[in-house]
Amino acid sequence: MSEESPNQPECPKGAPDSDENDGPLDRRGFLKLAAGVVGAGYAAAIGYPVYRYIASPVEQAAMASAVTEVTLDNALSLPLNSSMIFKFGTAPAILIHHANDTWTALSAVCTHLGCTVNYQPENNVIFCPCHSGVYNAETGANISGPPPKPLKQYQVQISDGKVVISRA
Amino acid sequence: MEKSSSAERKPPATVHPLVGAVYQWVDDRLGISDVVKLATKKRVPEHGQSFWYYWGGITLFFFIVMCLSGVLLLLYYRPGDSAYESVRQITYEIKFGWLVRSIHSWAANLMILSAFIHMFSAFFMRAYRMPREFTWWSGIGLLLLAMTFGFSGYLLPMDDLAYFATKVGLSIPAVVPVVGPWVSDLIRGGPEITSYTVSRFFALHVVVMPALFIPLLMFHLGLVQKNGMSMPESELEKPEAARKSIPFFPNFAMKDLGVWLVALNVLALLAAVFPWALGPAADPLMPAPMDIHPEWYFMSSFQVLKIFGQIFPGVTGEFVALGVFKLGLLLWFLVPFFDPTTKGGLRAKLTTYFGILTIVILLVTTIWGYWVLPAVH
Ligand code: HEM
Ligand code: FES
Repeated sequence: MSEESPNQPECPKGAPDSDENDGPLDRRGFLKLAAGVVGAGYAAAIGYPVYRYIASPVEQAAMASAVTEVTLDNALSLPLNSSMIFKFGTAPAILIHHANDTWTALSAVCTHLGCTVNYQPENNVIFCPCHSGVYNAETGANISGPPPKPLKQYQVQISDGKVVISRA
Repeated sequence: MEKSSSAERKPPATVHPLVGAVYQWVDDRLGISDVVKLATKKRVPEHGQSFWYYWGGITLFFFIVMCLSGVLLLLYYRPGDSAYESVRQITYEIKFGWLVRSIHSWAANLMILSAFIHMFSAFFMRAYRMPREFTWWSGIGLLLLAMTFGFSGYLLPMDDLAYFATKVGLSIPAVVPVVGPWVSDLIRGGPEITSYTVSRFFALHVVVMPALFIPLLMFHLGLVQKNGMSMPESELEKPEAARKSIPFFPNFAMKDLGVWLVALNVLALLAAVFPWALGPAADPLMPAPMDIHPEWYFMSSFQVLKIFGQIFPGVTGEFVALGVFKLGLLLWFLVPFFDPTTKGGLRAKLTTYFGILTIVILLVTTIWGYWVLPAVH
């Protein structure tokens, strides 16, 4: 596999390469190029499956978070003035049953640094304990504290005794 | 050759001056060029049997593949109760998981195969002679450790074949009077193979075995570096001037690289064309599969156990067989003492016959073992 000129074992190194400068693609240059191409081919053939293997759960999560609708079977039994956390795709979301029997569904992931928020019925606000962020419990608008954006709102529909939550 | 050594202290003129300066800076502190000099000074004998010098390197290549693919498996493998489920996910749900698993398993088998070839070529080239006794002994240790690697890894998927093969394997030490059953129970973590066993084997496979194997490997390679490659008798008979050799670097290293590429291609082909199977989950309440058998490198001992079991009543057979294994291993270990001299005398001849006999016994009992397996399809 490795070609050797017969005298190579005798003076293998230190000998200056005389064919260094005869043209842009002499024999030596060509061999280097070919080795580079083959090497890149091997790197790709190994790197691609390894990348897909390591990234596999990321792909699965992306697929799971692509859901557009979640049906909560027992949510109607949620008392007035209370809330529950459920999973929408891969992330937590919050369903609030207000005192006036209306419903709100919001992403429960704080827009500041990602803590899971909770509903405080005493003040009728959504509170994030991590850095005291406060959101409006009906709209998800950020009221005070560090959160930069409102919580994402979902649509709520009651049908057949079930609560169906979908992307707006 | 001497005049080139001053040139080696400086990087080649073709590199960018900045690269050269960085190299110089690092070299002044770490002395890289001394290593380079050593590598270019070192020469590897070249003769009709040079082919066999590559098998240690091939074994090393497969071991490196084992470590890399093993770390990838660790990303998703879960020991304990969910062992089977996690391997099922790796095989069927994780992208290219089947390939990573197949590479790991095929590399394990090819590694043991090339280690056997490496050992027998060292044997017939009489590379165990002075001053290479420790290389020989550490090599035997490495092969035994590699087989333990394989045995501990075989159980990890917890499919039915893995379960029953391990069950049989762990019943063998139990035949040793008094301590046997106690040792077997400790290895298993109870009288049966359970998720405790899987967790133990997992710890053995990914922590204990590498921690033993890698230092022993370093010792083995260090000795090869220290003593250089051995020469067969046919070469030693020649006058010094008539012996040929090539520099380790770059010539032998390039050839080694070429051989590794071949090994990589063979491995990739086998792993992709014959993906490693995953049987049904182990179920202790099901009868053992009809074609139950250990990995091929345990087949010979498995068959010898069977043969002795038929000659002697009860567990006496197993007990005698264990004695025979120990004796064989001891003789193999002591070969450097039996045949220490360079001249081809009677002892050298006897040693060669002993090696041939060993190969014949291993081959015959292995083939016999597969022959008597019931065919199930
Ligand atoms: C040193 C690094 C290594 C690590 C981190 C490692 C890790 C693993 C893991 C997590 C598994 C379970 C997944 C599976 O069963 O497919 C496994 C299986 C296995 N390993 Fe290793 N391993 C290493 C080296 C070795 C070596 C040196 C050998 C043999 C010489 C070996 C032989 C096996 C075998 C035969 C299996 C069973 C494969 C199967 O049936 O699926 N491993 N290894
Ligand atoms: S993470 Fe919610 S306020 Fe900081």
